[in-house]
Amino acid sequence: MTPADSTLLPVTLTVNGAATELHVDPRVTLLDALREHLHLPGTKKGCDHGQCGACTVLLDGQRILSCLTLTVMHGGQEVTTVEGLGTPDALHPLQEAFIRHDGFQCGYCTPGQLCSSVGALDELARGVPSHVTADLADVQFSAEELRERLSGNLCRCAAYPNIIAAVSEVHVAGESA
Amino acid sequence: MRPFAYVRAETPEAAARDGEAVGTKFIAGGTNLLDLMKLDIEQPRRLVDVNALNLRDITATPDGGLHVGALVSNTELASDPRVMASYGVLSRAIVAGASGQIRNKATTGGNLLQRARCPYFYDPNLPCNKRDPGSGCAALGGLSRTLAVIGTSDACIAQHPSDMAVALRVLDAHVNTLAPDGTQRSLPLDEFYRLPGDTPHLDTNLKPGELITGVTLPPPVGGTHVYRKVRDRASYAFALVSVAVIVDGRNVRAAFGGVAPRPWRVPDAEAAAAQVDSREQTDTLLDRTFDEARPTAQNAFKVPLARRTLKAVLAQSGLEEQA
Ligand SMILES: Cc1cc2nc3c(=O)[nH]c(=O)nc-3n(C[C@H](O)[C@H](O)[C@H](O)COP(=O)(O)OP(=O)(O)OC[C@H]3O[C@@H](n4cnc5c(N)ncnc54)[C@H](O)[C@@H]3O)c2cc1C
Ligand code: SF4
Ligand code: FES
Ligand code: FES
Repeated sequence: MTPADSTLLPVTLTVNGAATELHVDPRVTLLDALREHLHLPGTKKGCDHGQCGACTVLLDGQRILSCLTLTVMHGGQEVTTVEGLGTPDALHPLQEAFIRHDGFQCGYCTPGQLCSSVGALDELARGVPSHVTADLADVQFSAEELRERLSGNLCRCAAYPNIIAAVSEVHVAGESA
Repeated sequence: MRPFAYVRAETPEAAARDGEAVGTKFIAGGTNLLDLMKLDIEQPRRLVDVNALNLRDITATPDGGLHVGALVSNTELASDPRVMASYGVLSRAIVAGASGQIRNKATTGGNLLQRARCPYFYDPNLPCNKRDPGSGCAALGGLSRTLAVIGTSDACIAQHPSDMAVALRVLDAHVNTLAPDGTQRSLPLDEFYRLPGDTPHLDTNLKPGELITGVTLPPPVGGTHVYRKVRDRASYAFALVSVAVIVDGRNVRAAFGGVAPRPWRVPDAEAAAAQVDSREQTDTLLDRTFDEARPTAQNAFKVPLARRTLKAVLAQSGLEEQA
């Protein structure tokens, strides 16, 4: 073991359903571990500072930004990336809906938009309020709610209307899980 | 990012002891600390991960209030049925901040300790007394449009960025802490946060290693709860001005965000406002609250903006059902 290796820390986490053991420098963000160590390039690095949403993944089912957390903080937890939502033969309903509605453009933002949409629909179903919720005790689905809830995923090329159409369709069909 | 040693604390006592060493920082959600470490603004030599601590619950207190563990996420706190029913202003303030992804990770303790969003604090190439004590303040005479108008000093004019803290201030919440020597304290927000004075690098009165264990909410006060945040875009931006208000008959409690180095509330101004005709209430409250404001040319708009925001909120509260 070289001196540099001795600073590596072991961490075991489940990524897209598979138990994965890593040895990482404590500085490695979850985003870099996914892309550079596990070769899962679906999750994108946009700003690397929490401002664009491109790096959104699901951690124990909740959407988070993988650029603002360290891999070593997540031993024993479950991470789902866009690669784990569905497969090319068995797409996640949201992935199908995005294709149907052309809910993407540059491909950089889409993986984060998809993971964020899965998390947002789950939060809506659990009654988590948002900034535009009229009645805290009665959280209802609406396009306005979706727009607010996806506002952490920035897209500068205006795919938003198609994204809202795609996510709304999946919500109405009740097939987000 | 600079190298650091990483340890995971198992108990609050161990965390506080571990946290006392020079160069040590706690990490909770990481959503502010890691951002600043990547920019070389924070340079901890050692991180104590507090995520294994048993501080994730919201529990009833004997007097009918709530205790919120330091690791309760912003999403969990905003969506707790007891908080939504009796502390609506807190739910509203939290969901007005950041994005869903960030709120899922951000914690109660970490949110209170997020650092200033002054553009020069974020730019290591320019002088900033908060980042580098004694180097000067690039914001004075620079871009100060977003910065504070009251409670500032010649050394620093940064505003406090937390929305949650503004609601906690209007609710008279206390921050509970545990020091390395085992001492526990419970601080009202005005004693927790410091004004910059000539030590703007110190945001709070926490001692080295002192751990936030949670926040206590006093028993519900009733009334109508509103949080109004005014910003440059409709979502996912910090406040230019925000106001947390609880209205109960003629009594108005109001704390302002975006205008001062800590959530800004002036109970004397509220008391004076309760004495006057309701049409004059807003003027009285605001005149007394912003009496000592010293805005820059660029952010002088915040005082009339605060006035209009409070007026709008009071009009809204008159129409709404009691929360
Ligand atoms: C793009 C973006 C937009 C945002 N917009 C908003 C907004 O509009 N409104 C708003 O209010 N916030 C906003 N935030 C800030 C966000 O709310 C904070 O980053 C978050 O609340 C910090 O919590 P954390 O648990 O991740 O803290 P961390 O990053 O883990 O820690 C922050 C600080 O607190 C210390 N700390 C953490 N826990 C404890 C403890 N228990 N005891 C003692 N010290 C502790 C750490 O040492 C560190 O110094 C935004 C953030 C981003 C990145
Ligand atoms: S206002 Fe405060 S944070 Fe901003 S540059 Fe001046 S000293 Fe730094
Ligand atoms: S890369 Fe994480 S938010 Fe932009
Ligand atoms: S999809 Fe990438 S900028 Fe719009």
